[in-house]
Amino acid sequence: MVINMTDCKGVYIFAQQVDNKLSGIAFELIGKAKDLAKDLDTEVVAMLLGYGVKDLADELAAYGADKVIVVDDPALATYMTEPYTHAICSIIKEYKPEIVLVGATAIGRDLAPRVSSRVHTGLTADCTGLEIGDFKRATGEIEPKQLLMTRPAFGGNTIATIACPDHRPQMATVRPGVMQKKDRIEGAKANVIEFNPGFEKNNKYVEILDVVKTVAETADIMDAKILVSGGRGVGSKENFAMLQDLADALGGMVSASRACVDAGWAEKDRQVGQTGKTVRPQLYIACGISGAIQHLAGMEDSDIIIAINKDETAPIFDVADYGIVGDVKKIVPMLTEMVKAEKAAKA
Amino acid sequence: MKIVVCIKQVPDTAGEVKFKPDGSLDRAAMPTIMNRDDKSGLEAALRIKEQTGAEITVITMGLPKAEDVLREAMAMGADKAILLTDRRLGGADTWATSSSIAGALKKMDYDLIITGRQAIDGDTAQVGPQIAEHLGIPVISYAQNIKLDGEYVIVERQFEDRYHVIKAKMPCLITALGECIEPRYMTPGGIFDAFQKEITVWGRDDIDVADENIGLAGSPTKIAKASDKVRKGKGVKETGLDSKEAAAYITAKLKEKFVI
Repeated sequence: MVINMTDCKGVYIFAQQVDNKLSGIAFELIGKAKDLAKDLDTEVVAMLLGYGVKDLADELAAYGADKVIVVDDPALATYMTEPYTHAICSIIKEYKPEIVLVGATAIGRDLAPRVSSRVHTGLTADCTGLEIGDFKRATGEIEPKQLLMTRPAFGGNTIATIACPDHRPQMATVRPGVMQKKDRIEGAKANVIEFNPGFEKNNKYVEILDVVKTVAETADIMDAKILVSGGRGVGSKENFAMLQDLADALGGMVSASRACVDAGWAEKDRQVGQTGKTVRPQLYIACGISGAIQHLAGMEDSDIIIAINKDETAPIFDVADYGIVGDVKKIVPMLTEMVKAEKAAKA
Repeated sequence: MKIVVCIKQVPDTAGEVKFKPDGSLDRAAMPTIMNRDDKSGLEAALRIKEQTGAEITVITMGLPKAEDVLREAMAMGADKAILLTDRRLGGADTWATSSSIAGALKKMDYDLIITGRQAIDGDTAQVGPQIAEHLGIPVISYAQNIKLDGEYVIVERQFEDRYHVIKAKMPCLITALGECIEPRYMTPGGIFDAFQKEITVWGRDDIDVADENIGLAGSPTKIAKASDKVRKGKGVKETGLDSKEAAAYITAKLKEKFVI
């Protein structure tokens, strides 16, 4: 598929929905797309795919989408790679966007690469920064108004800025929790377009035999203002209870490092880090977390970081505002009691 | 049945991380390993081999020294190994990498292709699904469990809060999750055998892919700027407090910051 670059207009976002409920990332992407569209003097278009999802268009408009392209078809009821890829590629072919943004979720990280290889364009993964600016070619030539995509690499230890000067659309996946959504404007309306490219089964279709929900529908650690986070130093699954006590006393939630999730001490949806979630709470208390760079990548932008660890040389101390070398198993219960006492004294 | 497992040699960022005095990552001083998710992909293939007698070929694209991970894979139980190495394939982004690897796979017989979800150096998770697209076969990403059922595979595909049980007709490509499939160790006999076996080496001219789809020139994405991340400055580190003092110290800081 060859796309004439000068025809391409608009900042498009994939408005992910699951169970006909829009994911938070959809609004975050619109928020960022608004800024980019302003710099390019163009519009923000949300691509809404699913079955019986048309009503969600108003919600996308309320957060800033100028236009919503709805593909409503039974083939899209539950996420499946091929029909979703077909729908997005058909939209790209028909409407020729300049930029396509997709959330770096378990859906987006499957969908976006498949789309990018089908339409032959570049894709930058897990971006943490997006802006419009000049790209300087190796020859010294300047290409203006390019999408400059910033992403961490090497487990968050280096930062690279990537451009896609010769192919359209310019595509990026964006980490959830990084971009800010705009304020909701009640009653805002978008231009809603229904588009259906038709779905014919081919060899790339698979069959979904079952959908199994794995975690209770609890609050998301990405929304928590305070996180008490446990690492290997917590010692056991049972010891996570003391972290929960502290989190309860502070009005926060418990999160965990990858090691604890792998060991079965904490659920997968509590995992902070490169393969888990990116969090930026007001307070992050790292308990017995050594601070592998993959973990730091997911939490170092927290406002205040307190770290408790036995090992004086643990890298977590490099990002902590307040570091305490000591035994987390002894300190945490005492801290919980003191926090409770303080709160009781104020009440 | 024939299974191809795609593996990558990566710096060991999860183990002992070495930094230069300026705080940047010292890649040269770090050991290289087989990427963890890929190793789990190989383990999944080995379990299928135990049940069905499938033949496993491992393939990697990289520098000549990537031979090490192929030897390791054979020591774990892979039957054959292919090293795709050529300067002309270097500098590739995920598009050009997947195009090159797909070029090699097109020369091979396979029923099932397994890759890791993502490599710990780039963390993109893009190459697996992109290979599948170049080959025109289904992809099932984020596999936490893989079973065989005749000419079909049945895979538990992980999402944030659920998994789908997916049935796909082979040939297809699956990307494996490292945390869900614990890889085995090499056996002494396996290590010995691994060094007796031949590794097939392919270069650019062995794959039928156009020049505009490989290497740096065939990469749609270009690096505009790369820099070491500036970390937030170090804060205070208290080393001499007993547990009670430590708890009191944190409580005081929480009060100071109006958390409590």
